[in-house]
Amino acid sequence: MLRLILKKLGLLIPTFIGVTLTSFFFIRLLPGDPILLLAGERGVSPERYAELQAKFGYDQPIFMQYLDFLAKLFQGDLGVSFSTKQPVVQEFFTLFPATVELAVCAIVFAVLFGLPAGIFAAIRRGKTVDHTVMTTALVGYSMPIFWWGPALIIIFSGFLGWTPVSGRISNMFWIESTTGFMLIDTLFYSDEPGAFMSAVMHLILPTIVLGTIPLAVIARQTRSAMLEVLDEDYVRTARAKGLSSFRIIGIHALRNALIPVVTVIGLQIGVLFAGAILTETVFSWPGIGKWMVDSIFRRDYPVVQGGLLMIAAIIMVVNLIVDLTYGLVNPKIRHTE
Amino acid sequence: MSDASIDVKAETRLDLLVNFWKHFRTNKGAVIGLYFFIGLILVAVFAPLIAPHSPIEQYRDAFKAPPVWMEGGSWKFILGTDAVGRDILSRIIFGSRYSLFVGVVVVSIALSVGIFLGLLAGTFRGWVDTIIMRIMDVILAFPSLLLALVLVAILGPTLVNAMIAIAIVQQPYYVRLTRASVISEMSREYVMAARVSGVRTPRLMFKTVLPNCMAPLIVQAALSFSTAILDAAALGFLGVGAQPPTPEWGTMLAESREFILNAPWIMAFPGFAILITVVAINLIGDGLRDALDPKLKRS
Repeated sequence: MLRLILKKLGLLIPTFIGVTLTSFFFIRLLPGDPILLLAGERGVSPERYAELQAKFGYDQPIFMQYLDFLAKLFQGDLGVSFSTKQPVVQEFFTLFPATVELAVCAIVFAVLFGLPAGIFAAIRRGKTVDHTVMTTALVGYSMPIFWWGPALIIIFSGFLGWTPVSGRISNMFWIESTTGFMLIDTLFYSDEPGAFMSAVMHLILPTIVLGTIPLAVIARQTRSAMLEVLDEDYVRTARAKGLSSFRIIGIHALRNALIPVVTVIGLQIGVLFAGAILTETVFSWPGIGKWMVDSIFRRDYPVVQGGLLMIAAIIMVVNLIVDLTYGLVNPKIRHTE
Repeated sequence: MSDASIDVKAETRLDLLVNFWKHFRTNKGAVIGLYFFIGLILVAVFAPLIAPHSPIEQYRDAFKAPPVWMEGGSWKFILGTDAVGRDILSRIIFGSRYSLFVGVVVVSIALSVGIFLGLLAGTFRGWVDTIIMRIMDVILAFPSLLLALVLVAILGPTLVNAMIAIAIVQQPYYVRLTRASVISEMSREYVMAARVSGVRTPRLMFKTVLPNCMAPLIVQAALSFSTAILDAAALGFLGVGAQPPTPEWGTMLAESREFILNAPWIMAFPGFAILITVVAINLIGDGLRDALDPKLKRS
C-alpha cells in the first residue's frame, strides 16, 4: 500500500509542475496588456508604465517571472485581483464554500436517487422499471445543463412560482458569513425567521441541475455493477441458503457492487466543477464557477491564473484520494500496480 | 494467387460488417438513434430546401411570435420567432449543420492526433511515453469546460477556435485508450512475428497494431461526438463559441436568456434540439459498444 501511495505521489509532482506551467503561460498568452488593462480608460504615462512593469515583475525575463510565481505560490500568494484589488487566495476561499455547498447537495441528490434507481433497474432487469430507469438515465446523461436550468426556472419559478430564480438567499435577509455555507449560517448563526427556508428554496433548482448528470452516471454504473455481482457464485449460494431477497441484495450484493460505484462518485468532482461553471452562470450563484467565467471575460489575469491552479490542485488531490481508497478496498489494484 | 488472397480479404471484411450489423441491429435504441442521426444529416444537407425562411432574416412585424399551437401563433412561423423576429424553426434547421460540423471536426482532430500520440507512447515507451502521458495528465487535471473556455479566450471567440479547444481537452481519452490497447497488443504473437520478419516500426505501428486497437476508439469517437456538440453549445451559451447571428444552437440559447420568462419558446426549442441529438448519438454509442466491444458490454 505504501508503494502505491508513493507511486501515485510521484506521478502527481510532474503533473502539478505541468499545471503551474500551464496556468502561468496561458495567462501570458491571453491577448491584451495587463498593465494597460489595469490602468483602464484613463491610460498611463510611459514613466508610470515602466514603474508598474517593474512592480509586477513584467520587466523580468519570462523564466524569472515563472520562478517568482512559484516562490510566491509556496508562500500562499497568488497575486491580487485586478478588479477587486483583493488577494486571489482570499477571494477564492470566500467564494469556495458556495460552490462546495452546491456540489455537496448535488452529489447527495444524485446518490439518493441514482443508487436506488440503479438497484431497482438491476433487480427488475428487462422489465418496465429497468427500461424507464435506463431511458431516463440516458436523457439525464445527455442533458445540456445550460438549457435544463432555464427550463426548470420557466416551470418552477415562472409558471408555478414555487422557487426563486437566482442567488443564494432572498434579498430580505442579511446573513453575516460565519462558515460561508448558507445552510449552516442560517440554521445555527442567524436568528432571522425564514432565512433557512429561503436558503433551502434557493438551493433546490441549482442542486437538481448540477446533480442531473452525476445522477444518471451513478444510476447506470450501479445497475451494471449490480448485474455483474448478482451473477456471482456467492449470491447464488446465499439464495440457495434461503436468505431473503432483501438480505441478498442489501447485504451481499450491494456491498460488492458499491466499490466501482464509489469510484465513479469520486471521479464526478471534475464533472461537478465543469457543471458548476454553467449552473452558477444560469442561477447567478456566487461561487467559483461564476467567478472564473466573469474573470475570464474581465481579463482579470491573476484571478484566472490562480483560480485555474487552485481548481486543478483540488481535482488532483480528490482523484488521488479516490485512487488510494480504491486501492484500499480492492486488493487486485494494490498488487497489480 | 494474389487474386485469391484479395478475395478472401474482401470477404472477411464484408463478413465483419455483416456480423457487426447483426449485433448492432439487436439494440433497438441504437437503431432508432441511427435513423434519427441519418435524418439529421439529411436535414443539415438540405437545410435551404427544407427551411421555410432564411435563418437570419428579421421579420419586423413578428417579434417574439409564439409557436403555432399557442394563442397568437401562426403557420407562417411554426415554432415562433425570436426577439428580433427570426424564424426559430429555420434557425434550428440550419443550426443542425453547425452541430454536425463541430462533431465531425472535433472527433477527427482528437481521433487522429490522439491515435498518433497514443501509438508513439505505446510503441516506444520510455521517456516518449512519460512525456506524452504527463502532458495528458495535466490536461485532465483541469475541468474540461474551464480549460476550453480559457483556450478560447486566448485564441479568440469563434466557432473554429471553440472546436480546436474542445479537441484539445478531449485528447487525453484517445491517447490513453490507444496507448493501453497498443501495449497489450505489442506482447501478442503476431506482433512478435512481424518484428522477426523485419517489418519496420512505422508499418508495425499503423498497419499491424493499429487496426486491432480500433474497436474501443470507435466507441469513444461516438461518445465524444456528443460531448463535442454539448461543449460547443456550452461555449456558445457562455458567449465564446459561434457568434451571433450564426444560428448555432448554444448561441441561440445565449440570446434567449433575457426572455425566458416572457417568451419561453425562444429558449425551449434550440435546447430540445441539442438534447435529442445528443440522446440519439449516445444511443448509437451504446449500440456500437455492445456490438464492437463485448468486454465493455453492460450486461
